[in-house]
Amino acid sequence: MNSASIKLKNVDVVFPVYNASSLSLKNRTLSKITGGIIDRRHDGISLIKGLENIDLNICSGERVGLVGHNGAGKTTLLRILSGIFEPTSGKADIRGSCNSLINIGLGIDPEATGRENILLRGVMMGMKPSEIRRNIDDIIDFTGLGNFIDLPFRTYSTGMQMRLAFAVSTGIRPQVLIMDEWLSTGDEEFRERANQRISEVVNLSEILILASHSHDLLSSNCNRVIWLEHGKIRMDDKSEVVLKAYFGF
Amino acid sequence: MIKQSNNDFLQTEVSKGNRSSLKLGVNDLRGAIREKHIFMTLGWQDVKARYRRSRVGAFWLTINMGVLIAALGIIFGSLFRAPIETFLPSIAIGIIVWGLLSVTVSESCDSFSSAKDTILQVKMPLSIHIIRVAVRNLIIFGHNALIIPIIFIIFVKPIDWISLYALLGLFLLILNITWMSFVLSIVCTRFRDATEIIKNIMQVMFYATPIIWEAEMLPQRISEIILNFNPFYHLITIIRAPLLGQMPTFLNWVIPVSMAIIGWCLALTFFGYYKKRVAYWL
Repeated sequence: MNSASIKLKNVDVVFPVYNASSLSLKNRTLSKITGGIIDRRHDGISLIKGLENIDLNICSGERVGLVGHNGAGKTTLLRILSGIFEPTSGKADIRGSCNSLINIGLGIDPEATGRENILLRGVMMGMKPSEIRRNIDDIIDFTGLGNFIDLPFRTYSTGMQMRLAFAVSTGIRPQVLIMDEWLSTGDEEFRERANQRISEVVNLSEILILASHSHDLLSSNCNRVIWLEHGKIRMDDKSEVVLKAYFGF
Repeated sequence: MIKQSNNDFLQTEVSKGNRSSLKLGVNDLRGAIREKHIFMTLGWQDVKARYRRSRVGAFWLTINMGVLIAALGIIFGSLFRAPIETFLPSIAIGIIVWGLLSVTVSESCDSFSSAKDTILQVKMPLSIHIIRVAVRNLIIFGHNALIIPIIFIIFVKPIDWISLYALLGLFLLILNITWMSFVLSIVCTRFRDATEIIKNIMQVMFYATPIIWEAEMLPQRISEIILNFNPFYHLITIIRAPLLGQMPTFLNWVIPVSMAIIGWCLALTFFGYYKKRVAYWL
């Protein structure tokens, strides 16, 4: 397998923000036929610059933290890095399999049993059904749900739901791991195992991208931190340097 | 722990500039077919999720459909004074096939907006979300189609060898509705009210296509205009006529075949050109 790498060159992201009126085909046609007299004022498509001129090179082995205030473009950058958004201009070259642990409840069907949900969630993350079947016992063991695994997901307590989602999401070993804040999980007893598991996934990934507001988390996990401000890179350096500038300590 | 397979679709292409839209569209579709277990699993899941609480499962649909066909068959059969043993099989096939066609086409409008969370978190070929809708409706069609042999048995209708052509017809119908889905999924994600327009059009086409009425009921000259310019008429006929023991006309075959070829080329080009915008529109 080739080693993972991320190269962004002059990446711009411009969001079109459509209002209800420009999302409407009827209004668009009407304003075309009537020469734009009707509704001209409301027909604005505002453009918002999400990211501007981002140059970034991340190589295998790097642990990159991402800081910035709300609205600085962290989520947008995470989506560019995981290949979900294609830059409006510039180039993004992302190599290696990628998994993002942002919303671990994704794809869960509350009516389906725990076992079915493991399959569903696993398939969505790119596992083959045969791989899942081979590993399903390990995953079930890890959740500690016992016989509950064959009951519908909606009958689980919140803690149990978290455990299941967590166990499947971390059952995969991606080359590029993307996290928006550290995954935190319910009860004391499970937390320790969960933390151990997550460190395992993090250690095995070639590249870690972690967006966070927590100084401790960033300084203990990252060797490089990028500070985003208004969609631009304000600072990109060793974690001690950037964290000191950003947090002030 | 599972080593994540190094899927090609997870790799963003190095250079986009020199690739044609058609090629991008084709690549996306090929990526989806390589990962066919995704849309198969999700398609089945959709069907299960809808009927999980029902004791007879998806066959609940079959029962509903059976009641609808019986009612429409009796009402319109007596309105048109048509003999029930020929009218009912014809209307049954018509309604079941139309159900597959119209529901797939109108549901394809929501293929991206209903998969919004997935699209914004997991990178996978967008075609998967479109094909998932088609798979879900094919599964439902499979359940509904059970009504057809039942009706044939009730009316002791012999099955001809010609009926096998219906499979070819079904294949052509699927090819055609899927390319339509590819176009509509993009259009309806950008223009949210297009979904309503499409639903309206499908409603009108239901009456404009001989499903609850028969082509022979029209005066000759009008029927040529109304029917031959209606692509849905040909798509239904290539399935219904063989099952009823008649061979569809040459034109009935030519139109779906050429529509499929031209449609797929245009749809994949269109899809390839706009697919990178979809995530931004959601």
